[in-house]
Amino acid sequence: MAITIQHHLKGSIIGGLIAMVLAVPFIGLYTVSTDQGLVVQTRWSWVVWSGVMVLVGSLAVALLRDVLSARRAGRPNRAAGTKPKRDDALTAKLSKGFAIGITLFAITLPFMPFSDRYIMDVGTTVLIFVLLGMGLNVTVGLAGLLDLGFVAFYAIGAYSFAILSTTLGWGFWVCLPLSGLIAALFGALLSMPILRLRGDYLAIVTLGFGEITRIIILNWQSFTGGPAGISGIPRPSLFGLSFDRRPPEGLTSFHEVTGISFATEHRLMFLYLIALSLVLAAAWVIKRLRALPIGRAWEALREDEIACRSLGINPVASKVSAYAVGGMLGGFAGCFFAARQGFVSPESFTFMESALILAIVVLGGLGSQIGVVIAALFIVLLPEVGREFADFRMIVFGIAMIAIMVWRPGGLLSQRIPTIRLSSIKGEAA
Amino acid sequence: MNAPLLSVTGLTMRFGGLVAVDGVNLTAETNRITALIGPNGAGKTTIFNCLTGFYKPTSGELTLNRPGQLPVSLQTLPGYQVSRHGVVRTFQNIRLFPRMTVLENLLVAQHVGLMKKAAFGVAGLIGLKGWRTAEKEAIDRARFWIERLDLTSVADEEAGNLSYGVQRRVEIARAMNTNPLLLCLDEPAAGLNPKETGVLGELLQGIREQFGIGILLIEHDMGLVMGISDRIHVVEYGRKIAEGTPEQIRSDERVIKAYLGEPDEEELPAIVAEDVAGQEGGRA
Repeated sequence: MAITIQHHLKGSIIGGLIAMVLAVPFIGLYTVSTDQGLVVQTRWSWVVWSGVMVLVGSLAVALLRDVLSARRAGRPNRAAGTKPKRDDALTAKLSKGFAIGITLFAITLPFMPFSDRYIMDVGTTVLIFVLLGMGLNVTVGLAGLLDLGFVAFYAIGAYSFAILSTTLGWGFWVCLPLSGLIAALFGALLSMPILRLRGDYLAIVTLGFGEITRIIILNWQSFTGGPAGISGIPRPSLFGLSFDRRPPEGLTSFHEVTGISFATEHRLMFLYLIALSLVLAAAWVIKRLRALPIGRAWEALREDEIACRSLGINPVASKVSAYAVGGMLGGFAGCFFAARQGFVSPESFTFMESALILAIVVLGGLGSQIGVVIAALFIVLLPEVGREFADFRMIVFGIAMIAIMVWRPGGLLSQRIPTIRLSSIKGEAA
Repeated sequence: MNAPLLSVTGLTMRFGGLVAVDGVNLTAETNRITALIGPNGAGKTTIFNCLTGFYKPTSGELTLNRPGQLPVSLQTLPGYQVSRHGVVRTFQNIRLFPRMTVLENLLVAQHVGLMKKAAFGVAGLIGLKGWRTAEKEAIDRARFWIERLDLTSVADEEAGNLSYGVQRRVEIARAMNTNPLLLCLDEPAAGLNPKETGVLGELLQGIREQFGIGILLIEHDMGLVMGISDRIHVVEYGRKIAEGTPEQIRSDERVIKAYLGEPDEEELPAIVAEDVAGQEGGRA
């Protein structure tokens, strides 16, 4: 015991020293603006304190680990090598229950007394990310094709609606399917040059696609408005009813027709409900697709492309369709985003967004739809909750991400739920 | 006599300067088990890869004669289409879809037919009747093979969690779910114990008898090959060196030479003499 403590102490002292070295530029030096301009000042005591904190902290973690592993060793252990019996029927039941629960919650949320503008707004953001996550989940989670440039489809969907509505005057409901189709078309286009690529190369090309899309949008001033973006995008209407205080010409407003007094909350609720129905529709479609030959072919492609070919599955068709369907969902999300903001600019479609969407898919557990929902909640809500931490909130966010990946390396829901079970259809055999 | 189900003539496969397969002719017939044997590196798997569309042969003719239909030249098809014409294979190192269940593996094998019935997803998405019937038929076919290959207890398990021998059976079941005319098996007995190998032999003969399909087999287990094959082709260094019934192959000098090597002229009498002496010594 004494030896292990000594060992831990040695490691912690080294850790503390490294922390102090790192702390010199990060914490030890700071700038103050005085009459003479910016002046660098020092605070060496902070450096020492950070070293001490790392020392104590790492020692505590090491000791805690020892205690935990000792306790684990004391427990009656499973025989080595035997896996616990998988109970995926239970997992399936639990996730079904969770899905129903969260759907009911999401539907009733806008009508709850406590839901205000802020909750509606954050809720809508979560739903956009759920939709994006579901789209990327088709490509990455089901078909196993990495895509680091998914934001491109989001941007294409958003700009499709922005340009169609401002130049041709088409409304949201006409442009929604169009945006999806255009994004799907680009998805199919993207899949062509990358059919033979895999791994790192695939990652680089898709990353490039995302950046190329953003840079084209940024520079094609006459068509996309360049860095200034496009404003004046019409808001969605409900069967021709507008949610604005003064509806645009030719439209009547919701509050005039229904007699409910005007409130901006209604518009936010309406947007939220649109996003929710998009998400529910997407979830239903993907759930169905998974049990169809096309979805099974995607998963088979992820598992073993060579075996796919030997069974007569055309890998090209599978890849193209996976990118197209994923891109289409991204396009829907983009179209909705543009309608919600009323304004689009290239700044909304940076690589950071791609990374966040990918984080949602990986964090949720590749291929799991419920996982996407949970991860999207987590990714959007955590920075919101962390607002109190101000500048440190991205650090908190990062630590939380690392913690989850350490505890659950396969994502929150890593267990795949089979699309069909022989045991459950046996009874009706003719 | 009818044309054989598969006839391969002058198959040559070159990788740069290396000639892996050199002018091989072979045939496989319906309702027969044909074996392809040869020492390691003889080019057996290369022949399989050419046959099943994974390689484009440098030259040669691979003709599939389907009953009542025009013959197909397999070497002209895109790789993934070979199995659509009725030639399906298994792999030396099993290639299942490990994270999908056994049943799902078998349903993926029926992709081509189901895809048409599902109208590329549209009919399936809204659950039209035609699709539902097709799906039910597919499940019934999968269930048939699950029961036939004794996989009922593991039907809902992920294929990757199964033992080696069971995975072999799943792979054969999956191949049979494509409704093949010719089933090509690449070392199906590799990694099986003698008992499992015996079961496999019975299974293959059973499939041949029940469905009348042709089976083409690469195998190193001579007990299995000699026991179930109707005809055997032997290749060495990419060339075919013998062809015949198991009895003929067993006594073929070139085959024995290929497998056991050729003793040096001078050593041979010495070995024989030693052997004789040893036997006599034992008797005395």
